[in-house]
Amino acid sequence: MAEKSAKKEKIARQPMPEQAADVRRRNFEEVPTGYSEETAVLEAQRCLQCKKPACVAGCPVEVDIPGFIKHIAEKDFKGAIQKIWKKNSLPAVCGRVCPQEIQCEGLCIVGKKGEPVAIGNLERFVADMARNSGEGELPAKAAPTGKKVAVVGSGPAGLTVAGDLLLKGHDVTMFEAFHKTGGVLVYGIPEFRLPKDIVASEVETLEKIGLNIECNMVVGSIVSIEELFEEGYDAVFIGVGAGLPRFLNVPGEDLIGIYSANEYLTRANLMKGYLFPEYDTPIIRGKNVVVFGAGNVTMDSARTAMRLGADRVRVVYRRSREEMPARAAEIHHAEEEGIEFHLLTAPVRFVGDENGRLLQMEGLKMELGEPDDSGRRRPVPIEGSEFMLDCDLAVVAIGANANPLLTQSDQEITLNKWGYIEADPQTGKTTKKGVWAGGDIVTGSATVILAMGAGRIAADSIHEYLTWGW
Amino acid sequence: MFKIVKREEMAQGTVIMNEIEAPRIAAKARPGQFVIIKANETGERIPLTISDIDVGNGTITIIYMVVGKSTALFKTLPVGDAFQDVIGPLGKPTHIEKLGNVVCVGGGTGVAVLFPITRGFKNAGNKVISIIGARNKDLLILEDKMKSASTEFHVCTDDGSYGNKGFVTEVLKDVLDNNKIDLVVAIGPVPMMKFVSKITKTYNVKTLVSLNPIMIDGTGMCGGCRVIVEGKTQFACVDGPEFDGHQVDFDGLMKRLRAYEEDEKMAYEEHCKVFGDK
Repeated sequence: MAEKSAKKEKIARQPMPEQAADVRRRNFEEVPTGYSEETAVLEAQRCLQCKKPACVAGCPVEVDIPGFIKHIAEKDFKGAIQKIWKKNSLPAVCGRVCPQEIQCEGLCIVGKKGEPVAIGNLERFVADMARNSGEGELPAKAAPTGKKVAVVGSGPAGLTVAGDLLLKGHDVTMFEAFHKTGGVLVYGIPEFRLPKDIVASEVETLEKIGLNIECNMVVGSIVSIEELFEEGYDAVFIGVGAGLPRFLNVPGEDLIGIYSANEYLTRANLMKGYLFPEYDTPIIRGKNVVVFGAGNVTMDSARTAMRLGADRVRVVYRRSREEMPARAAEIHHAEEEGIEFHLLTAPVRFVGDENGRLLQMEGLKMELGEPDDSGRRRPVPIEGSEFMLDCDLAVVAIGANANPLLTQSDQEITLNKWGYIEADPQTGKTTKKGVWAGGDIVTGSATVILAMGAGRIAADSIHEYLTWGW
Repeated sequence: MFKIVKREEMAQGTVIMNEIEAPRIAAKARPGQFVIIKANETGERIPLTISDIDVGNGTITIIYMVVGKSTALFKTLPVGDAFQDVIGPLGKPTHIEKLGNVVCVGGGTGVAVLFPITRGFKNAGNKVISIIGARNKDLLILEDKMKSASTEFHVCTDDGSYGNKGFVTEVLKDVLDNNKIDLVVAIGPVPMMKFVSKITKTYNVKTLVSLNPIMIDGTGMCGGCRVIVEGKTQFACVDGPEFDGHQVDFDGLMKRLRAYEEDEKMAYEEHCKVFGDK
């Protein structure tokens, strides 16, 4: 036994093959190219198969991680995907965009002494293999219950709720405001990080299980929650995302050439602006680009600008590197691609030409002062440190607020003081009977997997309600 | 898919009317609201204010001027064909109530948007004085419909080929001089709305304008349609599309409408090469 585990530790973590930085910074192809079968099996052998796996505790949807890894080590890839599907209906997505370093991999025992098992890479490998071989058998479905569920929003929370409830035998219809399903997975996360074919394929799987999809449905406007009940739905899940861009509120912000990250990424991803004029939606291609913020969306925007032909892309952030909320891997990828970081810098105003087009921004240097309410040291302006920077494109990626379009259409759904929906963290129940909510519209901007976790909790609660009552 | 059940060319083929099957939207839409339309997979999302609603038949009517690739593409669709996506109703409806005397001023295709609002105010018991204008007689649209929806009706053409010669603003001044007006609704090209608002401000008459900036989602998610109103940033899609004309930064709006001028020109020229002119 001792000999066996000693042998295991000798295998180094298998690196993920990637497109070279100087190549990928100019194309929209996916950056990591994926494990080969041999690499995956080798990596899987590094798993200690812990009796009490810490990794599983770190997963918001509790995937049986050692279970599926064991199947990979035994080259039973079909068995591996079945194991994952029991808990996670979007493994190809999660394998790519989950922050594994603070979840499963962050708690991996192998990682205590060396590098953790590459759980995300393995999950991605199994999901891709199942999709590409086309032999991903559909999971078994319970007998029809005759209950109808409306899922509002087709992002990660909604897809999880839909997947779970379909398997439990409920009749699920998903309403999406855009013309295409996937929510942030489609409009927000760029192709080079999450190919859109993969999202489409995950949604297709749900359709094969019986999901009804209605796009172009702005719930709250074309139909109210109350009307959904009148139409015969027994329960409603709201997973519409945060969906209201924050701006900097500095002079000149309405100049042409300044986008919210939502607009910039939606033009690029959902509308495929990077393929203009083959696709009809134009997108401004800046040569000197500044992107404000320091989260994953900031990195996505900066890297998109680079791929659209920028000479220089600068990320401007008012705090220091330590406070940057983006995943380390994203920051690393961005730096490799030549994105520059101007930390402890804040925008003061924008200057445009006579046609209202962006020419310059004025910035101000900051230093860190006393900790603020968030416990982070507050950035304080350094007097007289103003400077001008030429830029022809600016993307504001400093987060989102709660979009009131749906929530203000129903008075029985209680909101908190920021406009997010009050939902019980144990069940996802809102204050309106028969209505659940989860994801960013409850928590504010967070991650795909946290939204999926909330979806899982809500799905369990909805199933209980449909079986036993509120 | 959203089937086109009726189609008409107006203003010598420069303006197109499509009646589209969209029962859910028809059941909910009210005057002043808009839809976003996308013709096909590679298409752009274009906001268009609803011109008429037929709840019984489950249809909505849109009227648009052919100005670029997307509208040129819309124009190629015959009756029986369909738009891939129609999203709505979006935006806040016009607040229609009995006020007394209401003036409705429309220019160009703005008249199409103005029509259901005019009818609404008349049905609410207001005296409605309408003034519509176009560059010349051939470009005038919906004259009969507007006439039937108004108590008093004026037509202007820039070149004098029909009705009063000159801009709608000149007739408007007359009307304001001779009547006690409670509200002006002005919908048309941005310069027209700007000048109408300028005039009504001197008369201190409340003025509503309907804005149509560039949009993507129409739900407040992207902020692309932001306009400055009363010095504050507003999203036309959810805070509007109607705003107090005395508070709108029209010059800023005009600039933002030209954000993609060069791209649009290039795409339109490519389209014309394939489909022939017009």
